[in-house]
Amino acid sequence: MAMKDEDEVEAPARAGKVTRRSFLSQVGAAGVVATTAPLVARGSQTVEPVARQADGAEAVDGAVAVTLQVNGTQHKIAVDARTTLLDALRETISLTGTKKGCDHGQCGACTVHVNGRRINSCLTLAVMHEGDAITTIEGLGGPENLHPMQAAFVEHDGYQCGYCTSGQIMSAVALLKEPCGPKDADVKDLMSGNICRCGAYPNIVSAIQQVRQRA
Amino acid sequence: MDAFNYVRATDVGNAVGLGDGKFIAGGTTLLDLMKLDVEGPAKLVDINRIGLDTIERLPDGRLKIGALVRNSDLAYHEVVKAEYSVLSQALLQGASAQLRNMATTGGNLLQRTRCMYFRNTAMACNKRVPGSGCSAIEGDNRTLAILGTSKDCIATNPSDMNVALTALEAVVTIQGKAGPREVKIADFFLLPGKTPHLETVVAPGELITHVTLPAARKGSKQVYLKLRDRASYEFALSSAAIVAEVEGGKFSYIRVALGGVGTKPWRSHEAEAALLHHAAEDASFHRAAAVAVRDARPQTENGIKVELTKRCIAHALTLATKSA
Repeated sequence: MAMKDEDEVEAPARAGKVTRRSFLSQVGAAGVVATTAPLVARGSQTVEPVARQADGAEAVDGAVAVTLQVNGTQHKIAVDARTTLLDALRETISLTGTKKGCDHGQCGACTVHVNGRRINSCLTLAVMHEGDAITTIEGLGGPENLHPMQAAFVEHDGYQCGYCTSGQIMSAVALLKEPCGPKDADVKDLMSGNICRCGAYPNIVSAIQQVRQRA
Repeated sequence: MDAFNYVRATDVGNAVGLGDGKFIAGGTTLLDLMKLDVEGPAKLVDINRIGLDTIERLPDGRLKIGALVRNSDLAYHEVVKAEYSVLSQALLQGASAQLRNMATTGGNLLQRTRCMYFRNTAMACNKRVPGSGCSAIEGDNRTLAILGTSKDCIATNPSDMNVALTALEAVVTIQGKAGPREVKIADFFLLPGKTPHLETVVAPGELITHVTLPAARKGSKQVYLKLRDRASYEFALSSAAIVAEVEGGKFSYIRVALGGVGTKPWRSHEAEAALLHHAAEDASFHRAAAVAVRDARPQTENGIKVELTKRCIAHALTLATKSA
């Protein structure tokens, strides 16, 4: 995408076979360029070192340069200051495992870890996370090396459509390190920020409890 | 969302000097409202790197809480859990774990109402556009206020934390260009009256730097009871924060604050007067509950809150005193 910097980081391979994901990505990218071209053009000229005001604060106009450390990899990107962390992860860095549900902090589909703590990536700006260590579902584990929580979700069938699943798992992994009582009710309370419209809740709770009991 | 100029503040003085925009900390209210076009600051001052993120016990026993302490850190802090448990309980019954990791003490004090007419730019709202009218009165107002309302606004303060801070008689430190000032929590929030767009005494450009709690009342029983449509992750229909001390079967100290029912976090001096020096028993609880809502003005859809609040207060007092 045009907004990307000189690319230290390879986007997921898109050449060759057209998958549903790659088709949608290409269509989506075209749409983004068409609607935001003036902004990107202006922004890309002002990305370079952030100007410093006399009063000592960093001031920027238009696109802002920010370095995000995602799953252990540095991504130097330049984004419109309005870009949420969620949109930067999905649209700029092409990590689409994190989902956009409500975009208002009400559903939890966008949950990621920032410096080890779970947050709603839709309610924070990418530019606010310079230098922060961000973990997304892609950083937890892949098909060949599932995180125990991912494996437990598979084993307990903790999903139906799967849209909320990455957010559920990111929340569940964070919960392991939070003060949480032993009961199912305690887990439900600390998982209440993740909505599942399919209603897979009982299976989600049993997956989490299994991981907690084996830990 | 309107475009804005993003600026990163480096310290408190620098942030206050830049304060002709909006400060952003957790962003959980502000970004939400910016996406709805309810807020549209020309400048956004990021204060996440200016410190103010510690909790400190002062030599005189007070507890000084930085404005950027996250709600989860405050709720799980050992001193807060042990000595100000009403605050810990209130925080943990608010929002979700993710939001509590983001939201800050200062931001929660400035949390905006969840009134759906405030959040919808197609509707009239005196709080959002002064003089435009109030769609909530005669509208869908089941979740809105019954205490402290005016003919111009019935929006509820949505915070749980603020109710606990009211019962604990917190003091808010506000930094302006002229220096810091301290405001008692009782004086911090404004009633809507004819100016519902003015919600607190914080002036544009001023920054909340700390919240200070008085030395803990170590013998006190503290309860935050929250009644709502869902068991978790839901705003209060009615809530009660209780700080109580009982000696010889009678209340020797009592603070009662209510949430979900007031246009600001609601201290019930009436309930306290009905309890102080009276027996800690059901009859007193019900008498206090009745006087707490004596001046309630229910709207077309929220009459339920009058009875709900009475039961909330009575039950919270029961919980606070049953093991005393």
